[in-house]
Amino acid sequence: MAALDRVKVLVLGDSGVGKSSLVHLLCHNQVLGNPSWTVGCSVDVRIHDYKEGTPEEKTYYIELWDVGGSVGSATSVKSTRAVFYNSLNGIILVHDLTNKKSSQNLYRWSLEALNRDVAPTGVLVTNGDYDREQFADNQIPLLVIGTKLDQIPETKRNEVLTRTAFLAEDFNAEEINLDCTNPRYLAAGSSNAVKLSRFFDKVIEKRYFFKRWQSRFLASRKERDLEEEH
Amino acid sequence: MSFLIDSSIMVTSQVLFFGFGWLFFMRKLFKDYEEYQDAILQTYQDTILSSLIPLAYFLHCSSRYFHWKLNLCVILLILVFMVPFYIGYFVVSNIRLLHRQKLLFACVLWLTFMYFFWKLGDPFPILSPKHGILSIEQLISRVGVIGVTLMALLSGFGAVNCPYTYMSYFLRNVTDADILALERRLLQTMDMIISKKKRIAVAHRTMFQRGEVHNKPTGFWGMIKSVTTSVAGSENLSLIQQEVDALEELSRQLFLETADLHATKERIEYSKTFQGKYFNFLGYFFSIYCVWKIFMATINIVFDRVGKTDPVTRGIEITVNYLGIQFDVKFWSQHISFILVGIIIVTSIRGLLITLTKFFYAISSSKSSNVIVLLLAQIMGMYFVSSVLLIRMSMPLEYRTIITEVLGELQFNFYHRWFDVIFLVSALSSILFLYLAHKQAPEKHMAL
Repeated sequence: MAALDRVKVLVLGDSGVGKSSLVHLLCHNQVLGNPSWTVGCSVDVRIHDYKEGTPEEKTYYIELWDVGGSVGSATSVKSTRAVFYNSLNGIILVHDLTNKKSSQNLYRWSLEALNRDVAPTGVLVTNGDYDREQFADNQIPLLVIGTKLDQIPETKRNEVLTRTAFLAEDFNAEEINLDCTNPRYLAAGSSNAVKLSRFFDKVIEKRYFFKRWQSRFLASRKERDLEEEH
Repeated sequence: MSFLIDSSIMVTSQVLFFGFGWLFFMRKLFKDYEEYQDAILQTYQDTILSSLIPLAYFLHCSSRYFHWKLNLCVILLILVFMVPFYIGYFVVSNIRLLHRQKLLFACVLWLTFMYFFWKLGDPFPILSPKHGILSIEQLISRVGVIGVTLMALLSGFGAVNCPYTYMSYFLRNVTDADILALERRLLQTMDMIISKKKRIAVAHRTMFQRGEVHNKPTGFWGMIKSVTTSVAGSENLSLIQQEVDALEELSRQLFLETADLHATKERIEYSKTFQGKYFNFLGYFFSIYCVWKIFMATINIVFDRVGKTDPVTRGIEITVNYLGIQFDVKFWSQHISFILVGIIIVTSIRGLLITLTKFFYAISSSKSSNVIVLLLAQIMGMYFVSSVLLIRMSMPLEYRTIITEVLGELQFNFYHRWFDVIFLVSALSSILFLYLAHKQAPEKHMAL
């Protein structure tokens, strides 16, 4: 496969949130039987039908790069990880719904990946702080996924879901909340599956059909600016 | 009256140290994790609080004896009863199956621990029949054995690792080109994994689609045909899967090597700064000190001797005799040995905390962080108790008697001998280990 055909999506998040289980679920539609710590990076491939159901349907291979580690690692580990952030087309941010810190660390994860991949005219963040404007201008599609939904008791569920909704809004991204040990959450036709499909479509569009993506992107920006004005 | 003053000094200093411990705990260890329980914090604090025996050095009154005894009792209580029970409780709560009878299983684990703890005392000559079962001496002797072993292991490793880390003589030369070459290899391996996984995914998809077609009731022969075709396909697939597994293992190795190279490059840059040069200089001193210690340990074992006077008094005596300088030996030796002992304790605590923090980061995850903190507290507690045992060696005679009083009748000579043996073993094995690791690394890069 030539490098031209590649669609690369990073899967980032703290240790133990369930990235490997999630990637396995996305690629094989099966639950991962024996999760163990990811050393370095593990890759898996998902076959995705772009614009499924329309005459323009085309099959693409999406590479899901699951990078292990913690956001507070030593600088040497971070610079080693940085080699995987080259030429990425999309990012899936994974956090654990039972652990608030993992959601907060997502800001740092996204900055780590985006800073590495900054284009010459792109936005540079110098002090590592979260800047909402940067995410508004960010052109790489993001998706926020919360795992371990089954471990949240019913009473706390609303509170947790509101918090994650704010989180997704900050990233200007869609969000999916699921349990990686249960394939039912991503069953075909469910709203989660639709969101996932839309995300992958966005990634492919930005990579291969730039003009089409750009016009859509600018339209949604205009819509959001109008909303904020009111 | 003086008793009150002393008590208040003790309490304030303990609060101070508690503050430090809390800061350390929150800042360094639990920076990235949220899930902790207050009970653990409590236990950790209590352990640190009660471990501050050395503070008694600054109390010049008879109440010192009382405070020492009190601190010791509290530490022992925590070390032997509370912390193991908590550890058992959290280990059990991590295992999903046993959720119902958490307490029961925790008690079972604790009883097992107590049994092994007691058995520990048998092979060692520390049981004197005049004391009862639950006396302080029994408990201290066992805790002392574990703590001394730990201390000797850590000192042995630290004594060898310290010069190795500080001195830039051992630093391998790493250039940017090396790192780039290794990174390229890593990315190439990832690409190969991806292309193989694409083939597997395509094969699965076509089999799935073909399987659907064949699910139509075409009868007996249709089923046989589908079996034969898929058998050939799946054999091919399992071969590719094996290749993928091998490549993934290779990619992990390459990743670890690259991380290692990055770390070495950072160290090289650090050693060019002033701080780095200072540490390099220190490294030479430390290596001499470590060689001396290993030498002394060997002599102690071979010639079966235990030192009678502490090194400071010895040193001062030597200076008085050979250099003819008039010193008030007793006065100076007391203060200098206090200071030296204080420095030794502080540096060893710092070394211990740093090593444990690194270890903690390496093996922690949000599930097991509770257990690890408790293990940390346990280790630190034992370390402190045994350091008191061993410090006795470096102190002048009057103060030795005080420690002997507090800790009861223990066979101190045995502990020193045991420390020397384990220290020697640990130092020699870490030399061997580091030598092998050092040799292996350049060879790997030669093969590039």
